[in-house]
Amino acid sequence: MTFVPKPKLSHPELPKNRLGLTRRDYEGAVSTLCAGCGHDSISAAIIRAFFELDLPPHRIAKLSGIGCSSKTPTYFLGRAHGFNSVHGRMPAVATGANLANRDLVYIGVSGDGDSASIGLGQFAHAMRRDVNMVYIVENNGVYGLTKGQFSATADVGAKSKRGVTNTESSIDLAAMALVLGASFVARSFSGDKAQLVPLIKAAVLHRGAAFIDCISPCVAFNNHAGSTKSYDYVREHNEAVDQLDVIVGREEITADYAPGTVETVVLHDGSALRLHKLAPDYNVHDRVAALAHIQDRERAGEIATGLLYVGPESKDLHENLNTVAAPLASLADAELCPGRAALETLNAALR
Amino acid sequence: MMPADCQALERCNDFVVKFANVNGSGSASANRLFTRAVLRMGVPATPRNVFPSNIEGLPTWYEVRISEANHLARHGDVHLLVAMNPQTWDKDVAEITPGGYLLYDSTRPIPPGRLPCDVVVLGVPFTAICNREYTEARQRQLFKNIMYIGALSALLDLDLGELERLIGEQFKGREKLIAANLHALNLGRAHTLETIACPIGLRIRRADAVGDRVFMDGNSASALGAVYGGATVAAWYPITPSTSLAEAFQRYCARYRVEPETGRHRYAIVQAEDELASIGMVVGAAWNGARAFTATSGPGISLMQETIGLAYFAEIPAVIFDVQRAGPSTGMPTRTQQGDLLSCAYASHGDTRHVLLFPEDPHECFLFGAAAFDLADRLQTPVFVMLDLEIGMNERLTAPLAWDDARRMDRGKVMTVQALETSLDFGRYLDVDGDGIAWRTYPGTHPQLGSFFTRGTSKNDHARYTEEGAPYVENMERLLRKFRTARRLVPRPVVSLAPHQTGSPRTGSRGVPSRRAAIYYGSTSPAMQEAREVLAKDGIALDLMRIRAYPFQDEVMDFIAAHEQVFVVEQNRDAQMRSLLINEGDIDPAKLCRILSYDGTPITSRFIVRAIAEETGGSEVVPLRKAGP
Repeated sequence: MTFVPKPKLSHPELPKNRLGLTRRDYEGAVSTLCAGCGHDSISAAIIRAFFELDLPPHRIAKLSGIGCSSKTPTYFLGRAHGFNSVHGRMPAVATGANLANRDLVYIGVSGDGDSASIGLGQFAHAMRRDVNMVYIVENNGVYGLTKGQFSATADVGAKSKRGVTNTESSIDLAAMALVLGASFVARSFSGDKAQLVPLIKAAVLHRGAAFIDCISPCVAFNNHAGSTKSYDYVREHNEAVDQLDVIVGREEITADYAPGTVETVVLHDGSALRLHKLAPDYNVHDRVAALAHIQDRERAGEIATGLLYVGPESKDLHENLNTVAAPLASLADAELCPGRAALETLNAALR
Repeated sequence: MMPADCQALERCNDFVVKFANVNGSGSASANRLFTRAVLRMGVPATPRNVFPSNIEGLPTWYEVRISEANHLARHGDVHLLVAMNPQTWDKDVAEITPGGYLLYDSTRPIPPGRLPCDVVVLGVPFTAICNREYTEARQRQLFKNIMYIGALSALLDLDLGELERLIGEQFKGREKLIAANLHALNLGRAHTLETIACPIGLRIRRADAVGDRVFMDGNSASALGAVYGGATVAAWYPITPSTSLAEAFQRYCARYRVEPETGRHRYAIVQAEDELASIGMVVGAAWNGARAFTATSGPGISLMQETIGLAYFAEIPAVIFDVQRAGPSTGMPTRTQQGDLLSCAYASHGDTRHVLLFPEDPHECFLFGAAAFDLADRLQTPVFVMLDLEIGMNERLTAPLAWDDARRMDRGKVMTVQALETSLDFGRYLDVDGDGIAWRTYPGTHPQLGSFFTRGTSKNDHARYTEEGAPYVENMERLLRKFRTARRLVPRPVVSLAPHQTGSPRTGSRGVPSRRAAIYYGSTSPAMQEAREVLAKDGIALDLMRIRAYPFQDEVMDFIAAHEQVFVVEQNRDAQMRSLLINEGDIDPAKLCRILSYDGTPITSRFIVRAIAEETGGSEVVPLRKAGP
């Protein structure tokens, strides 16, 4: 299982974005995951989202922990630097990276083992610090690389492929993110690209920690009858609260919608999220109501998806730390070293 | 009081004053005032805080060694005890050297039998004076501390003017506080002068032995080193005795790192959720081109192991200040030890080796603190600055801090846009010039060139994932090559030959090899130097080598080869430096003799003298309590 470079072939008529790049320019190496893995669909959605946002691939940093999901940054954005770090520790590494250079776009990919078990603490603290990043958990309810053990997001009563029933209550990372103060919380399904791509785009444009819990069936170990993370089960129980359009920059809003069914959320850079409400009376700005809705749907055996919460204009970690506008990594000697004279003054005060 | 055969001590500029206090009583600033007044009189004084893991109520001690001869190590004797804590009275009083002095609060009578018979007892009713003078409880407590300093000024002939000036400097602009403190100082002094024949046999006489040295602690000096070294990201988790390092960094950054036009910060400090996160943030920041560090102690090092291994294998710079304390486990969290050498040198699983620096005092904490960032960038690997509680948390006299304004950060091998466009091939782990160090790029540098994937898994020299044996071995061998390169870059050992001998100052090799030598490092320095003087008087000549870094240079091994017997003096149970030397240098273990002090108190020259004298068998063993100058 070594690295497989992808052959460089592209059709001359492939559509180009505003940077003159095609979708191929946003791809990575050939995936080594199982055929049909939900994670590959998420990688494809990430590729499409960044392509459509016209972002230069090399200005994105992609980070991950350990596990099947954490392998995926190799499979998208080949021109971006990537960092496959330590199991459960992506949030800290991403936080440090973000502190060093606030000008890059950060996408962290994690899994349910990575974020809900070994890295639950780091997940929590990245949310509460509001690190400006997209944080995607590719949630399949099992440990894939070690062959099918339950993860902490497996539902009570879910059956493993070997027939074992899970008895420990599950951790809902989206609900946790809400409680922890994340300023953007969404849930999606790897099988619903129409929902997922705009959510990723919105998460990239949002300033602060943007969390997406993306259910992503494991075809090898968790796609059987009795699983609550299988393609069939999620398709049957998916209940979206809204459908999103992302309008970048000053793009004109052309379509008309019936009043009350569409809400426009303007972001800090002037981009807008156009929300088509699917659940009547759902208020995407109400953290408490979002939590109640998620739990209410869960009790009914359904999975609430879509953009669940977006906070008012959030302050990210850099604003809270009041750091300079230039990336800290770019500061030169003169800006960092107080020099000899300051030291002499200090020496005098220490006598 | 004293038996006729016991003489009261007569010592000038060479004695130990120990203050026994209650934690949280505000004694620290009064005690510090005393030390600084002695220093202002030109007499070296070295204080040590002995404190419990507690906020309020438990006993705490402050021990000041006054030594015109510039002996900065802990002495071990107590010549004057200032007994302000009834809880520890019996134990404290028993430590006083026969003929020594006891200053105590005589407000309440001490039952006969609890006063020592072989020391001079000096009573001043501090509490009574305070109760008469002040009504508020906190004032009574705080001014009692200043009052005993006033008493000491009379007893020891300590210049009142210096005390007054220091109080003036400390409370500059707050005239009321100055007046109140001076009043308390004079109350204590006046009462003492009236009731006790002053000065006593212990005296401080103005001298010129301090020079231009400064008085600071190693944690502050390290933090300042990090500021000068260009660190912009600090991630840390509170742990004694390293906490004050991170806090000092915050303080210095607030002074030196604020953008004047905007008031915004040229630094980011994050108090992480734990040490796993703090090292993760350091690695993430350094990967992305910032200079980053963490400060921690042994338990934190244990938690960081996995990520340290990642940084070693993926070759990411990181600076870790390890302010060591007594382990294992929680151990003695407020006591000193050099117990983390092996857990840092070989931190993490698999085959790893890490660069360690061993500063001997605050001056070197500053130097090595700054240099660590250059080393980490040059070598693209974690660098540990190995302090301990003794150096980190105690203020001491140290050479003034100096900086060359022509110095620039050495960011090591980093490819720029131009370099990427003109070079033939970029391979993240490609050793192009044989030093084991490959070129790296920062994320976001170039639209088409130089991106790579950083991973903890095995990879080939172009950073591509592989589990094949050959590229794995090639990579591991390159890492060894890089570690050999590190030997050229890290601080060299300091050799000092026994005075009557001549020869090469580097290795100690000469026509007739000296029989004996001692190797030591870090906070052992002042005790070792003093011990050598004492041993020389007893006819035991020692060549000394102070190791300042790991990996060891050849001259360390040459030095050992040039001597028949080498004492390795350190502050841990398992002779960790000795193990490291044996492991790295294929040295005959029989040649390296362990001298180990690890009870949590700083090593004394007396301990070293006794241990070496016992080993050599040639000298009279100096009795414990009467030893010393």
